[in-house]
Amino acid sequence: MILLYDHTYEGFLSVVFECYRRKITPFRILPETHYQEALFVRKEFIPTNPEHAERVWNGLTARLTPATRHVPLSAFLSGEPDIEMALYRFMRLAFMAEQPIGDNFADPDVLQVRKSSRRVMQEAMRMVQFARFQLTRDNIYFAPVSPAYDVLPLIMQHFRDRFADQHWLVYDLKRDYGYYFNTAEVEEVSLSQKVFNIADGSVRNDMLEEGEAVYQTMWNDYCRSITIRERLNLRLQKQHMPRRYWKFLPEKSGKNTKYES
Amino acid sequence: MNDSVHEKLKILADAAKFDVSCSSSGSSRANQAGGIGNAVACGICHSFTEDGRCVSLLKVLMTNHCIYDCAYCINRRSNDRPRATLTVQELTDLTIGFYRRNYIEGLFLSSGVIRNPDYTMERMVLVAKKLRLEERYNGYIHLKAIPGASRDLIREAGIFADRLSVNIEIPTNSELKRLAPEKDHQEIFSPMGFISNSIAENKENRRKLHRVPAFVPAGQSTQLIVGASPESDRQILQLASGLYDVQKLKRVYYSGYQPVNEYDKRLPVLQSAPLVRENRLYQSDWLMRFYKYKADEILPPDEPFLDLEIDPKLAWALRNLHLFPVDVNHADYEMILRIPGVGVQSAQRIIAARKFSNLNYGHLTKIGVVMKRARYFMVNTDLRIPVSGMLPDTLRRQILLADKNKKATQPDTQLKLFSFPEVLPRALPESSVGYKKTGVV
Ligand code: SF4
Repeated sequence: MILLYDHTYEGFLSVVFECYRRKITPFRILPETHYQEALFVRKEFIPTNPEHAERVWNGLTARLTPATRHVPLSAFLSGEPDIEMALYRFMRLAFMAEQPIGDNFADPDVLQVRKSSRRVMQEAMRMVQFARFQLTRDNIYFAPVSPAYDVLPLIMQHFRDRFADQHWLVYDLKRDYGYYFNTAEVEEVSLSQKVFNIADGSVRNDMLEEGEAVYQTMWNDYCRSITIRERLNLRLQKQHMPRRYWKFLPEKSGKNTKYES
Repeated sequence: MNDSVHEKLKILADAAKFDVSCSSSGSSRANQAGGIGNAVACGICHSFTEDGRCVSLLKVLMTNHCIYDCAYCINRRSNDRPRATLTVQELTDLTIGFYRRNYIEGLFLSSGVIRNPDYTMERMVLVAKKLRLEERYNGYIHLKAIPGASRDLIREAGIFADRLSVNIEIPTNSELKRLAPEKDHQEIFSPMGFISNSIAENKENRRKLHRVPAFVPAGQSTQLIVGASPESDRQILQLASGLYDVQKLKRVYYSGYQPVNEYDKRLPVLQSAPLVRENRLYQSDWLMRFYKYKADEILPPDEPFLDLEIDPKLAWALRNLHLFPVDVNHADYEMILRIPGVGVQSAQRIIAARKFSNLNYGHLTKIGVVMKRARYFMVNTDLRIPVSGMLPDTLRRQILLADKNKKATQPDTQLKLFSFPEVLPRALPESSVGYKKTGVV
């Protein structure tokens, strides 16, 4: 049987709950949007049930060590094809085994889940590293990003702790939603009217606070000044800071030439 | 912020670039209500320069004027260079402006010496103080302690900074006196000892009493210049090992001497900085700190210099073949860690995974062990190549050959060690189903 769900994490956990309750062994678990009609396989849509999701979640959490608790969610956020089945088997194993299985790298499902999780966590880390805020006229620090996976939920707490006294907006251009922080609460937002370029998040100069361009230029020049020309190693630079992040970096995008001194 | 700050920043960042310490790790400072910033335990690289180095901190000199004339230093007073000084206010604004934009983890402030050590140190401390008290900034601060500055100033610096460092630069006192006659080791080790005692004392006090503010919570570090003077690697590693054991330093940095001031005949003539040597020293340092190797194991008394062709871990294994092969399914962690091709992460995974089943070749590859190298030094359930029959030289040749065949080998620089941490900052939340937006596009 193919089980379909709404492509949210809660939806997926609800599917797992149903499997246990009705003793179904699914053949595949798919987001409904990814489903293509097949003739001879039975399918069923499982609606999201927050209560069920919560129960699976709590049971699972209790069976994982603190260091591996983030694994199921981050692996899920990878959105990789068939991550659902690997996760499903991962969970079954977790529920069956006597000790926490998160570190059992010899098991192919655990390994696959851990690897997906790692890729997602790495992308989350890259957002923490490479998100760049620009100060707008209305005093909001704005960071456009375009992560490969849907990682914003994983990093909000970090920005919230760090930039606790400033208004900021981190916006995922690819998924068209973001988080706005008003120095008290983080709010999920989706902007219908955009005052920025939806490809690279750049903001018109007159929308930016006066000193903004200067800071970008100074940062750019700073990065140049500390480079040791005798040791150029562009490959290494790209390896640590892949090209796809560059358009958001003042030190790389070259868009800060607007500031003339 | 204006053009003059911009120009000064260029000069003073350029002047600071040979200071290698880029790490902002080791401190974990929570943001306080209404404040800005936190220092995250693992450190975060926010950019990478074209030479591939991590940019984590605003690393800048307060001034590049200097009353001293150290032979190996670009800022020595006899050099005719553009000079600049940033004011306390300018440095504060720059740090905050960069920090709020997520460019940096914090400030690393060093300086040439103007007027006298106290005058210089006092202004540096003022920057840190202003950041903490006026800007309520809780991000990372690393201050260079100026040798010769008064203890009161150093104590104050330690209250506001996360890390302090006193650079040794030249590994032996006699060489230091030759290249920088106005300096000596005593002047450097005295503040270093004072700082490490104060850190120990502070730790003790904090155990007994709550609410004692932390003193230099990210510890102390130093830098050694390699290749400007003739010291051997063994001398350098012995010194470093003492600094870790006795002075309880958090990090020792090694800076391959980048030829400057070629006119000065006291300096060696080099085509370029000794990068491979620098890298081997970092690897050795890594082994001492994370793999529990002793300096004497890395370089025994009859071997003054590190092998530039192979890394120190492999070199040790080849010298100690009688301890191999190691049985990965039974040996203890320390010994597994000593297998060439097994890193800290793989070793931990081996220990974790072998509880579930005996490990074979396939498992180990998946775990991340570099089997091409490791297989000569281990046994597992389906691999039993006896290494004991092979002579060290044969083995060495074989491994080197295998490395050469690997096309596009990773350029061998110290930078590999500085690759960004694989763990996320602690501040990241544990996952929860509490939020709704979990759809994947
Ligand atoms: S004291 Fe420092 S800045 Fe001054 S010349 Fe010596 S090394 Fe250079």
